[in-house]
Amino acid sequence: MKSFTYERVDSAAAATAAFTRTPGARFIAGGTNLLDLMKLEIETPSHLIDVSRLALDKIEATAEGGLRIGAMVRNTDLASDARVRRDYGLLTRALVAGASGQLRNKATTAGNLLQRTRCPYFYDTNQPCNKRKPGSGCAAIGGFNRLHAVVGASDACIATHPSDMAVAMRALDAAIETVDAAGKARAIPIADFYRAPGKTPHLETVLAPGELITAVTLPKPVGGTHIYHKVRDRASYAFALISVGAIVQRDGTGRVALGGVGYKPWRVEAAEAALPRGAKPVADGLLAGARTTHENAYKLPLVERTLAGVLAQAKG
Amino acid sequence: MKFDTPATTNPIDQMKIVGKPTNRIEGPLKTTGTAPYAYERHDVAANQAYGYVVGSAIAKGRIASMNLDEARAAPGVIAIVTADNAGKLAKGNFNTAKLLGGPDIEHYHQAIALVVADSFEQARAAASLVRVEYTRGKGAYDLAAAIDTAIKPKASFGTEPDTAVGNFAAAFAAAPVQLDARYTTPDHSHAMMEPHATIAAWEGDKLTVWTSNQMIAWSVGDMAKTLGIPKENIRFDSPYIGGGFGGKLFNRADVLLAALGAKASKRPVKVALPRPLMINNTTHRPATIQRVRLGATADGKLTAIGHESWSGDLPGGGPETAVAQTRLLYAGENRMTAMRLAVLDLPEGNAMRAPGEAPGLMALEIAVDELAEKVGMDPVALRVLNDTQVDPEKPSRPFSQRQLNKCLETGAEKFGWSKRAKPGATRDGRWLVGMGVAAAFRNNLNGPSAARVRLAKSGVVTVETDMTDIGTGTYTIIAQTAAEMMGVPLDKVVVKLGDSSFPVSAGSGGQWGANSSTAGVYAACVKLREAVVQKLGLASDAVFADGKVKAGRRSVALGDAAADGELVAEDNMEYGDLAEKFQQSTFGAHFVEAGVDAMTGEIRVRRMLAVCAAGRILNPKAARSQVIGAMTMGAGAALMEELAVDKRFGFFVNHDLAGYEVPVHADIPHQDVIFLDEADPTTSPMKAKGVGELGICGVAAAVANAIYNATGVRVRNYPITLDKLLGKLPDMV
Ligand SMILES: Cc1cc2nc3c(=O)[nH]c(=O)nc-3n(C[C@H](O)[C@H](O)[C@H](O)COP(=O)(O)OP(=O)(O)OC[C@H]3O[C@@H](n4cnc5c(N)ncnc54)[C@H](O)[C@@H]3O)c2cc1C
Ligand code: SF4
Repeated sequence: MKSFTYERVDSAAAATAAFTRTPGARFIAGGTNLLDLMKLEIETPSHLIDVSRLALDKIEATAEGGLRIGAMVRNTDLASDARVRRDYGLLTRALVAGASGQLRNKATTAGNLLQRTRCPYFYDTNQPCNKRKPGSGCAAIGGFNRLHAVVGASDACIATHPSDMAVAMRALDAAIETVDAAGKARAIPIADFYRAPGKTPHLETVLAPGELITAVTLPKPVGGTHIYHKVRDRASYAFALISVGAIVQRDGTGRVALGGVGYKPWRVEAAEAALPRGAKPVADGLLAGARTTHENAYKLPLVERTLAGVLAQAKG
Repeated sequence: MKFDTPATTNPIDQMKIVGKPTNRIEGPLKTTGTAPYAYERHDVAANQAYGYVVGSAIAKGRIASMNLDEARAAPGVIAIVTADNAGKLAKGNFNTAKLLGGPDIEHYHQAIALVVADSFEQARAAASLVRVEYTRGKGAYDLAAAIDTAIKPKASFGTEPDTAVGNFAAAFAAAPVQLDARYTTPDHSHAMMEPHATIAAWEGDKLTVWTSNQMIAWSVGDMAKTLGIPKENIRFDSPYIGGGFGGKLFNRADVLLAALGAKASKRPVKVALPRPLMINNTTHRPATIQRVRLGATADGKLTAIGHESWSGDLPGGGPETAVAQTRLLYAGENRMTAMRLAVLDLPEGNAMRAPGEAPGLMALEIAVDELAEKVGMDPVALRVLNDTQVDPEKPSRPFSQRQLNKCLETGAEKFGWSKRAKPGATRDGRWLVGMGVAAAFRNNLNGPSAARVRLAKSGVVTVETDMTDIGTGTYTIIAQTAAEMMGVPLDKVVVKLGDSSFPVSAGSGGQWGANSSTAGVYAACVKLREAVVQKLGLASDAVFADGKVKAGRRSVALGDAAADGELVAEDNMEYGDLAEKFQQSTFGAHFVEAGVDAMTGEIRVRRMLAVCAAGRILNPKAARSQVIGAMTMGAGAALMEELAVDKRFGFFVNHDLAGYEVPVHADIPHQDVIFLDEADPTTSPMKAKGVGELGICGVAAAVANAIYNATGVRVRNYPITLDKLLGKLPDMV
């Protein structure tokens, strides 16, 4: 770990101002991802701005009938909120399928969206990795890539985004509210939040340097049956091989987002029209243009079969 | 004491304390976090500095240049140790690759430097400033690609690479039912909780290391050889060990580098291996490719048994002895086994819990299941039919005791085996459900083991031996042994372990620790009893009970024998040739029920039962813990554990506990263990055997067989992950 300086701020404005003052700074929230990466020198910020105690820890109703979730709401609190459990069950189910109780007690809404990939080569600083060291190559291509992306990947990077929560947020059409260094606020639909790896896999979101996430908003509830099926080799405490988050209405229509298949929670709205016809056409639409390796091709049938199981479960 | 004739009745047979389910005597220390593990021994030496290991970034080749300037200039740095400045170092007998590499690199993350600094953070930060240029060499990393170059290895630990009895080829060719199948098992990591860790300090030319080590005397000897100093100048202290599973049988880089770092910095130095180094810097269980051929009559009698295994290791290393159990497990007149060894430039392969049998049974016990199906017989019945009471390769040698059939039959009854349906026929909602069985087999090994016992005026008995407790419960069984022998309650016994200044024990490994170390304590207690009766002037048949020594009408408090000074006795248990006359092994049967999600192929174990026949069970509570832990590890081997090899760069990619998955609680819903009531007089006066490794043997195959029974899909390559089932599961509804 490189030496760094540290400050704790008490307002969003102070956070972005601190960033402007100290180039090379990073925000730190729960620290459950950033600190691990700093110990391995994958991230080497010279200054940490602790935003974990900002008063962004409330879940409030919005005028539109939805919810505004503060950026610092802990994953545990979000999952157990009565309104979330009642109206956005998919979110609760996705959250509790992730990490462990202790981690969820620390992890924040903003930090969860911004957690970095679990590609094992990204974690080994001896290995080439375009995401960690732009231009060095991608060790996962041609290496151990059973866990890697099948859609949206590039010749520079085939990493997946590991978040469970983000899959639910995507299906729920969440928007991410931010404020930048100049004090300008904006709301970014989650569909536009993550950047495709292309030639620059180290750039993962559309956030500008120093732009602070303040909240995530959910539109008003859409009803339906909410199911999150996370498929993994062991029963708990593992990242998804793939996951399916679905909201299915009585008439068989609905929404589906996937985890563990691409650089972002994967949703193709056009494919959802086929939901009443069963899993296959939806999976085909979701995974159109998929590129697999010798080790991760199983993810394509796995998505289809898992989705079929989810739809059967939704029917009850 | 020499043990060369079968044991007769002795004080242990009273079983007032031995054989009773007993809580760990050191348990409260562990549950309250006050048992001092190596890295936490802040009190043993003042002014400890921190060492951080730099591991090689390449798997094979040379260090072209190494620049230490930036690291030296970093804050807090006291010293940097490299092969260039460490002086002459030999290689330990138990090490295949050097613990400190350079300029030649033998494997990925081989230690090439230790940076010592005032704080851990400073040492770690400076370690990343050591600038190394490498010249990559060409290495071999792919076992499947290397088996054509594999050679017949030398015999190791008395295990010959090849055996043959009768005419296997002819009998197999003539067999009405034949099975010929290939199985693979991957590289496994011990993945124990406590990393390798050491604090080292020098006083003049005397070295003390506080470390985490299973085999104290071996490791003292190896460190003396490596450093080129007399054994007498080295003291090891390892009272608490947070798991080892074979990963701590030998010295690793932490011990050597802490010693060198302490010398260079003239301060005590502590070193722990971070997780990634545990996986690529230390040892692992090597992957195997195995071919099993079984020939049988139409009614299931084995006539031909063939088992071949290929594994790889660094030059100078040894094979994974995966055919070992096949030499002994089933009857059959014509047999062959063979092991072949390829050179692989991956990290060093070595012992992990039940080396040989664990991966060997993963293959053999699927093969037996496959054969049973071909014959059309129940796999329990087929195993029972092919039981042998003698060593099948040397029929003049009987097993000392062998109740494999009783394990199988008891287990079948208790588990509800008769409810097992044909493959793919049982459903529970979305789950396909099946049952599997496998035999467990692991040899019993005894080793010489010494102990010292002290009797104080207070009646307290103190045992000292360099034996280790690696989380198995050794403290407790040693206390039980001494209490039984001296006729005192458990709380009147103090046990001190893991210090090389104590008498040399058998150590912990190969499931030899429990029987061997308690036999050593037995021998020392026999001597102490003699000293007591002599001191008290009692008849030699005096009875030791209730804290008293009684002979005829006289009854004296035990402590009185030490009224004018502590009584001390020491002895070493040594063994004659009973282990040659009798084949001493441990047996078991594993039963598993598994569910497979018909849609996703996710596999979850639902129930497990082990029935074990392993001699006298000294502490049923600790033994049960050992077996359920081993069953859990076996489930891991079946379903998830695999070190993923990067065949281009030559290393294990998933080198942390996020990537190398071992079972969590949710994977293990229900486990049961039954011990058959046994006492084997040929093993030692304790009449015990080992059990800690038996528990893992066969488990993975029982899981594999349950998955087959659930789905009708036979997977012969471990781990059995859902991607291997997916294309073959029944069509979706
Ligand atoms: C062992 C383990 C297992 C796990 N398993 C799972 C799992 O199964 N599923 C899953 O989804 N996740 C899993 N996780 C990941 C976990 O969910 C994330 O580590 C956590 O959500 C990150 O939140 P945090 O608040 O701790 O983020 P931090 O580590 O504090 O920050 C993460 C990133 O977000 C940035 N950041 C934080 N707050 C803001 C803000 N307000 N504005 C802008 N940038 C910000 C930081 O600069 C940093 O780059 C696991 C983690 C661990 C360690
Ligand atoms: S997949 Fe991406 S994160 Fe992984 S090695 Fe390649 S570039 Fe790095």
